[in-house]
Amino acid sequence: MAVRERLSGNEAVAYAIKQINPDVMPAFPITPSTEIPQYVANYIANGEIGTEFIHVESEHSAMSAAIGASAAGARTVTATSSCGMALMWEELYVAASDRLPVVLALVNRALTGPININADHSDSMGARDSGWIQIYAESNQEVYDNFLQAYPIAENAAVRLPVMICQDGFITSHGVENILLVEDEKAKEFVGEYCPEHYLLNEKEPMAVGPYAVSNYYMETKRAQREAMKNAKQVILETAEKFERMTGRKYGFFEEYRMEDAQYAVVVIGSAAGTCKAAVDKIRETTGKKAGLVKIRVFRPFPEEELAAALKGMKAIAVLDRSEMFSATSGPLGAEVRAALYGAKLEAEVVNYFYGLGGRDITVEDFERVYENLEEMAKTHVVKDMYAYIGLREGDRHGNSL
Amino acid sequence: MKDTIEIRWHGRGGQGAKTAALLLADVAFQTGKYVQGFPEYGPERMGAPITAYNRISSRPITIHSNIYFPDYVVVVDDGLLESIDVTAGLKKDGAVIVNTSRSKEEILPMLHGFEGKVFTVDARKISVSALGKNYPNSPMLAAVVAVSGVMEQEVFLKEMQASFEHKFAKKPEVIEGNMKALQLTFEAIEENSNGTDRQAVCA
Amino acid sequence: MKSENINERSPWQDITEGNQIYEPATSRQFCTGEWRTSTPLFIKEKCKQCLLCAPVCPDSSIPVSEGKRQDFDYDHCKGCGICAKVCPFGAIEMKEGK
Repeated sequence: MAVRERLSGNEAVAYAIKQINPDVMPAFPITPSTEIPQYVANYIANGEIGTEFIHVESEHSAMSAAIGASAAGARTVTATSSCGMALMWEELYVAASDRLPVVLALVNRALTGPININADHSDSMGARDSGWIQIYAESNQEVYDNFLQAYPIAENAAVRLPVMICQDGFITSHGVENILLVEDEKAKEFVGEYCPEHYLLNEKEPMAVGPYAVSNYYMETKRAQREAMKNAKQVILETAEKFERMTGRKYGFFEEYRMEDAQYAVVVIGSAAGTCKAAVDKIRETTGKKAGLVKIRVFRPFPEEELAAALKGMKAIAVLDRSEMFSATSGPLGAEVRAALYGAKLEAEVVNYFYGLGGRDITVEDFERVYENLEEMAKTHVVKDMYAYIGLREGDRHGNSL
Repeated sequence: MKDTIEIRWHGRGGQGAKTAALLLADVAFQTGKYVQGFPEYGPERMGAPITAYNRISSRPITIHSNIYFPDYVVVVDDGLLESIDVTAGLKKDGAVIVNTSRSKEEILPMLHGFEGKVFTVDARKISVSALGKNYPNSPMLAAVVAVSGVMEQEVFLKEMQASFEHKFAKKPEVIEGNMKALQLTFEAIEENSNGTDRQAVCA
Repeated sequence: MKSENINERSPWQDITEGNQIYEPATSRQFCTGEWRTSTPLFIKEKCKQCLLCAPVCPDSSIPVSEGKRQDFDYDHCKGCGICAKVCPFGAIEMKEGK
C-alpha cells in the first residue's frame, strides 16, 4: 500500500533521495538553493542514509564535485535553483558530454536581473541546450514520481545522460499538498542498484574521463550525445510504464487533458497546468466549448512528432512560456511547439503567451480568457499579436495580451 | 459544507502565519481531506507582511494560483489592518477572524466595508493565560476551525493532541497549555458568534 | 573500443561514450617528439648521474633505470631544453632540428 502523506515539493524530493540513498551529494545549501540539501543533510546526520554530503563553496564546485563523484562510479545527486544553477552552467555541459548520470533536483526560479527568486523557468530553460534530460512537474506528487524515475533513465546503457528534475519554485517547492509515497522497499527496487560498466575507482580498468577533443573529434562526440538523447525517449517511456505498473500513475512525454475532442488547446509546463485543468473543466461545464490542455513533462528530449500528433486537428493553440529568451519573438516552448507544428504541416492558429515571469500569479480566470481568445482567433483567423502576455500591466491595451 | 474551502492568512514574517497555514493543512489532511498550504513570499524578513493560503477539499486540488476570493480570512496581527485590505475579495458569506485585543467596533471601520461576519480573538491573552507566553498560532488555528467548520471540533482537538504529543515529546508540560489555548479559543468564538455581521453591530 | 582502433577517420558510432578511454597510458601512442624543433643530446662522459635533469622534464622523457638516467625518449621529448639548463656539468647540449 502506498503511504498517504502531505509534503512540500522540497520535502517530497528529499524523501525520494532518502529512499534512493545515493552515494554522494555535493551541494551548496544557501539561498538561492532550496531546503532539499538541508533535509538530506538531516537524514544523513540522523544516520538514516549513508550518502556522503560534500559541503562545497559554490554551485560551480557542487557540479564539479558531482562530475568527479559520478565519474568515480558513485550514484550522485545535487540540488539547486535560480542563479545557483547559473553558476553551475559551465559544468552542466561537462556532465552531459562526459555522459555522467548525475541527477539534479532543480527548483525553478527566476534568474536575477532584476533581483527575484520567485517561480520562473528561466534557470532551466537557459540550460536547455546543455545536454541534460529535463523533466518538469505539475505537482508535488509528480516531482516525487519523476525523481524516482530519474536514475533508471539516466543510468540506462543506451542513455547515460544527466537528468534535471524540475519543479516550480515556491508554488510546489514550498507548498504542502497531499502525496502518495511509494513504500521504501518498492522504491529501492524500482530504482535499483547502480553498477556502472566503467568507473574511475575500478582498479582493474584504469581509464580517462573527459579528454581533450578538438575539431577532429568534437563533432562526432556531439553526434553520439544526440543519439543518447534520442534513445532517452524510449527509455523514458519504458521507465514510465514500469512506474505505472508499480503505482498506477501514468506518465509520458506530456499529459493530454480532455484532448479527445478538443478544438482549442493550451500547451504549458509546470504547476500552471493544474490551474489550467480547472479552467478546462469550468469551460466545458458552463459553455460546452471544447477546451483541452497539453502539459509538457519532458522538454529535453523534445517530443516533437508526438506533440504534433496530439495537437492535430486543433483550431487554435496557445503556447505558454514562463521564461523569456529575448529572440524578440517566441519563448523557448513557443519556438519548439511552432517548429513541431510546421514540421507536421499543421495549420492551427497559434499564439505564444508569456506568463508568470518572476512569480507573477496565473489564475483560472486568466486561462478562461486564453480560451476565449483562442476561440476568437479560430473564428476570425486573425492573430493580432503572435507574442503576447498574460497578467502584464499594459499602458496601451491592444493585441492579444490578457 | 462546500466542496472546497479557501482560506487566506495575513501575518508578519516571524509570527508563524505560514506555520499556522501548514498546521491547518496538517490537521485537515489527518481527517482525510485533500489539502494545500502555501506561503506567498515577499521580502522574507521579520515583520514584513506575508500571506499564506489554504485550500481544503474533499476532492483532489489542481489549482496552483493564490487565493483572491477566499471563504475565510485570518489576520494574525491587527496592525496589518491599517496597511492591507485584508477583506479584499472575501466572500460575503464568508468571515474574517482578527487577532486583536481591541473590540469588534474598533476593528470594523478598518475592514473596507466588508459585509460578512467578523470575529475577533484575543490570541495573545488566550496564549498568555494558557501557556504563559504569546504564541498566537494555536488560538488562531482553533478560531479558523471553529468559524469555518472545516472539521469537527472534537476531531480537531484529537488531532492536535496527537500532533503536540509528537512535537513536544520532550516537553510534555507544554502540551496541556496548548490544548487549553485551543479550548479557550473555542469558547471565545462561541461567545462572539452571535450578531457578528457588520450590519448587526453597526445598526 | 580500444583507443588504438579509434582515429580521425572513425565514424561517430565508433567514438566511446564521452570520449572515455578504457586503458591506461595511451598518451604513449601519441608521438609528441614529432613537434621537436631542437633536440637535447646526452653526453654520457660528462654526466655524473646527479639526476637533476629527470624530474624537471615536463614530458617524462628522461628514463631512469636502476638509479641511472638513460638516453632520451625521443618519441616524446619536445625539445624544450629545460634539462640542458639545469645540468651543472654540460652533459646535455641542444642542437637545432630533430
